Amino acid sequence: MAIRERLSGNEAVAYAIKQINPDVMPAFPITPSTEIPQYVATYIANGEIDTEFIHVESEHSAMSATIGASAAGARALTATSSCGMALMWEELYVAASDRLPIVLALVNRALTGPININADHSDSMGARDTGWIQIYAESNQEVYDNFLQAFPIAEHKDVKLPVMICQDGFITSHGVENILLVEDELAKEFVGEYEPEHYLLNPRETMAVGPYAVSNYYMETKRAQREAMINAKKVILEMAEKFEKMTGRKYGFFEEYRMEDAEYAIVIIGSAAGTCKAAIEKIRQETGKKVGLIKIRVFRPFPEEELAEALSKVKAVAIMDRSEMFSATSGPLGAEVRAALFQAKSQAEVVNYFYGLGGRDITVDDFEEIYNNLEEMAQTHVVKDMYKYIGLRER
Amino acid sequence: METTYNFKEVMNKPDRLAPGHRMCAGCGGTIAVRTVLRALHEGDKAVIGNATGCLEVSSFMYPYTAYEDSYIHNAFENAGATLSGVETAYNVLKKKGKIKENYKFITFGGDGGTYDIGFQSLSGAMERGHDMVYVCYDNGAYMNTGTQRSSATPHFADTTTTPAGKVSNGKVQVRKDLAAIIAEHHVPYVGQTTYIGNFKDIYTKAEKAIYTPGSAFLNVMSPCPRGWGYDPSELMTICKLAVETCYWPMFEVIDGKWVLSYAPKNKLPIEEFLRPQRRFKHLFKKGNEELLVAFQAEIDKRWEELCNRCE
Repeated sequence: MAIRERLSGNEAVAYAIKQINPDVMPAFPITPSTEIPQYVATYIANGEIDTEFIHVESEHSAMSATIGASAAGARALTATSSCGMALMWEELYVAASDRLPIVLALVNRALTGPININADHSDSMGARDTGWIQIYAESNQEVYDNFLQAFPIAEHKDVKLPVMICQDGFITSHGVENILLVEDELAKEFVGEYEPEHYLLNPRETMAVGPYAVSNYYMETKRAQREAMINAKKVILEMAEKFEKMTGRKYGFFEEYRMEDAEYAIVIIGSAAGTCKAAIEKIRQETGKKVGLIKIRVFRPFPEEELAEALSKVKAVAIMDRSEMFSATSGPLGAEVRAALFQAKSQAEVVNYFYGLGGRDITVDDFEEIYNNLEEMAQTHVVKDMYKYIGLRER
Repeated sequence: METTYNFKEVMNKPDRLAPGHRMCAGCGGTIAVRTVLRALHEGDKAVIGNATGCLEVSSFMYPYTAYEDSYIHNAFENAGATLSGVETAYNVLKKKGKIKENYKFITFGGDGGTYDIGFQSLSGAMERGHDMVYVCYDNGAYMNTGTQRSSATPHFADTTTTPAGKVSNGKVQVRKDLAAIIAEHHVPYVGQTTYIGNFKDIYTKAEKAIYTPGSAFLNVMSPCPRGWGYDPSELMTICKLAVETCYWPMFEVIDGKWVLSYAPKNKLPIEEFLRPQRRFKHLFKKGNEELLVAFQAEIDKRWEELCNRCE
């Protein structure tokens, strides 16, 4: 029987870590992810897990030590947010190109300028090209479930890539919700023992990690990473299926909510999907308008064809970005979903919204306004502004 | 841990850095690696770390590695943190019974990767007390990128970012004393050395550093023929002059106790060390006599401080 609990998102991740009992966790404090290493340190202090904690002096060193531990043959992870991830930047690329199955618990927070500690996806969206698998969550339940699936995906022989498990700062990380936890033994069995194939501390062979590779070799390493990312699509779905068998909770690349007959769709990532679902129920009940939602769970690898297929019958789409990329056009999700729709020769009208930057609330009313705009776009075939803001103060 | 030193025996130990790497003739860095790794006891395995630099790009150029042991290069500024992770993984895997063999952890970084960009990562690793040795092969500049000034570059040195010119006398500042800074971390072992005579000093310090439990730091002056401007055959002479002028004193700090390894009977004037090197050529121009006086004064001051610490 699953265990009923009430946990915050950070507690849920820490609990998953406790069940996994990983080997090494280097971590550095930062709001709002810092509770995760605090909980782990407490488990260690009470002898509940065998994990070794490394009290590194920065996030750059956190990822560097995680890389060292993982290359050495240990199951290794860390946690961070925002500027902490920005300081790891260089190391994110090293982890991915060294093909190390590291897991990073990322609690999404806005990047500095001005300093802000609230939810926003600018940290992980900026890292979208680093070669990491990225899996996002709407709720505490989802971040817990995603975390249990992270190591089996990362360590799969056809993948061997680092995985970032993302959740929205404060909204889920600190919000306490009802949650169903997997029993310890089942969780352990699901995640399994880590048996690396090649590693530094293998007494039967030596190994060298992190070469200098000139132009004769560099390009093939990038092609190999791409292959692993392609393979990850298959493995992510396999693990989701296995997880569903264990828990009954179904996961895929994205969740389709009321999409079966939807004419107007929103594409979103993270906790705001919950508010959007409430808006959908209200609109359908009050007006009968066919509104739906696609909530992206897996952003890397990007499920391009599957998304285009899921949106193939809608008249208008709003793509919601919780981060800027200052192209003066789209946000990161907007650009990629638009490209997917273009490739699939979609006739849908498309608008890209920026919302919730630096933790700004998005409300049911906001979503109603967006769906109204979609309806108007579909009727007039005029998209007034391809890139809009919702919730921005006018003056 | 006083062991008798037999030069022939030590030199006949199998090399753990294979020939065929691409380091320059007359390079001090490679000698640091070979000599330190020779101090590993036979049967002990090791994981070698490396900061980005000449050594890394020349000894592990895909698909060839010069290392007989397992080896990890991560980036420029994080050799300390990276090996912290490896060493911690070893402790867990050993605790869990997954590894039975004995491993030692040794990382190499140039002065740029150690004194400057990797300083924080090194300080963190030393403070946490990982059972590892950090070896700085100090050639006094960023040699891999073409002799740019570092905080280990000596006063007045002509580098590509502190060129001696019509209104410049080379580097404005004096060297950072990294060995002393690491000693202030209260680690169990710090050694400063270079290549002298039959290599007894560096070998015995390396052995102590490797086999002292906890964090250890070795600072090895490793001349660079290209950056310093000396004939590759003159490496040993340059090292000897650095020690005899007290430019590069050799000492140890064992559990906080400072021990001088060598005091020259007749301390040579600093000009003896500076004159054979192209990077100090401008100091010998007419009218620059006061620069030599300043250099000598700094050497004298630091030597006196060191001697006081060692009493």
